Amino acid sequence: MELFTGLSWGLFIYQTIIFSGLLILLWKFAWKPILTAVNDREENIKGALEAAETTKLEVAKLKSQNDEMRKEALAERDVLLKSARETKDKIVAEAKNIAKAESDKIIASAKEEIKSEKMAALGEIKTQVAALSIEIAEKVVKHDLSGDDKQKALVDSLIEEVNLN
Amino acid sequence: MKVKYYKNLLTIVLLFVASFSFANTEEHTSESDGVTLENASLSEKKAEYDKIKKHHLLDDHSFTIVDWVKVPLPVILIDEGVHVFMSSAFEPHGHGIAESGGKFYGLDHETGKVMRMDNHDHHVAVSAPFDLSITKNVVIILLMAVLMFFFFKKIATSYTSNGMPTKAGKFIEPIVLYVRDDIAIPNIGEKHYKKYMWFLLTIFFFIWALNLLGMTPLGVSVTNNFTFTFGMALFTFFITLFTANKNYWMHIFWMPGVPVPMKIILAPIELLGMVIKPFSLMIRLYANMTAGHMVVMGLIGLIFFFNNWFATGAFSALTLVLSLLELLVAALQAYIFTMLSAIYFGMAVTEDH
Repeated sequence: MELFTGLSWGLFIYQTIIFSGLLILLWKFAWKPILTAVNDREENIKGALEAAETTKLEVAKLKSQNDEMRKEALAERDVLLKSARETKDKIVAEAKNIAKAESDKIIASAKEEIKSEKMAALGEIKTQVAALSIEIAEKVVKHDLSGDDKQKALVDSLIEEVNLN
Repeated sequence: MKVKYYKNLLTIVLLFVASFSFANTEEHTSESDGVTLENASLSEKKAEYDKIKKHHLLDDHSFTIVDWVKVPLPVILIDEGVHVFMSSAFEPHGHGIAESGGKFYGLDHETGKVMRMDNHDHHVAVSAPFDLSITKNVVIILLMAVLMFFFFKKIATSYTSNGMPTKAGKFIEPIVLYVRDDIAIPNIGEKHYKKYMWFLLTIFFFIWALNLLGMTPLGVSVTNNFTFTFGMALFTFFITLFTANKNYWMHIFWMPGVPVPMKIILAPIELLGMVIKPFSLMIRLYANMTAGHMVVMGLIGLIFFFNNWFATGAFSALTLVLSLLELLVAALQAYIFTMLSAIYFGMAVTEDH
């Protein structure tokens, strides 16, 4: 085969030495730094992407947390407002009740007083009527009660006397 | 659409021109009385062309840049002692005889190899000494290695602190990543690919660069030299063998999962396969590059054979088209060599499944 007779061993030896050297040198000075740089960069990008993803998730979590807190705050406000309203109602109702009871008491005491005053007045009237009656009777007894005319005139004068009093 | 139109037009024009030029030559030879003269000049041309073609494809003891600039290179022979002299001793035209240490050396005109000549009759070759000369190809390989070393070293140092490539690195890095992500990782696997990257990257760029250099008119085609592809394939072969795991050897000598007689039959076949794989690498690169050069040079030769302006136009255009194709082949062959090497490495480290 012509191919094999054409093989030149000198070239083969030199070429093998040169190529081996090139392999070692390129690996040490070119491929290793390049591949390391590329690898590091890829790792960096991957890390950055992952970090971004986590941050995004965290932000979403924070946001949902915020929402929840807001909701809670709103609910709390509602509860507070409601209880305040209730307290107010209660206070107003209580005040009303107290006021009513007080007024009732005042009215009742007034009524009582009126009643007692009335009673006192009536008693006074009764005693005065009795005293007058006795006075009149005294006077009648003292006067001559012979005629009718005279009787009538006496009564009239007596009444007038009373009226004057 | 427009491109296609122009393409069709170009094809028609080329065909027309080509047929015209053929017709033209026929006319010449049949018409004239000086047929013998024509033939003589034609065969003379052919001989000269053959010489150039051979010269272009083969290794050489001197570096011919153009016809009149010939750089002599050292010839180193081991023939009962070491003989060193410059290749200029073979001048003129390789017919000269060099004398070293009482022995006479000349070039074999068929193969271009250095032969020891008979002491009395300097035209009779006696034996072939062991040739350790710094030939044209050695110089080219060495120059390319040095060039590549400085080029890639510069790229490696051009990386910024955050790992971004600058300048030429921007162009080279995608190729490096391609070799890693589309050649090494899919064929060898995530786990083992790292220990082959140095070889795959180097051989890819080395073959590619030498292929491209071979396309220049300097006549420095190394990759179509059989010795060169043999050496490269041998690297792949030995790296495969030295990194192979138990599984690989099991599959060769004692194929698991088949009956014992089959194992015995398969062993030599697998053993043969182990050798044929890198052998195919060697032949593929050699044959592809040689074929490409042959065709391109054949087309260029036709320009001078026909020697009229139709042929000049037509074959120049064809040569251009073919050169573009060769440009693709240069990268493709480097890729295929790397790819197949990666596949063989992948076989060597495959896990049991």
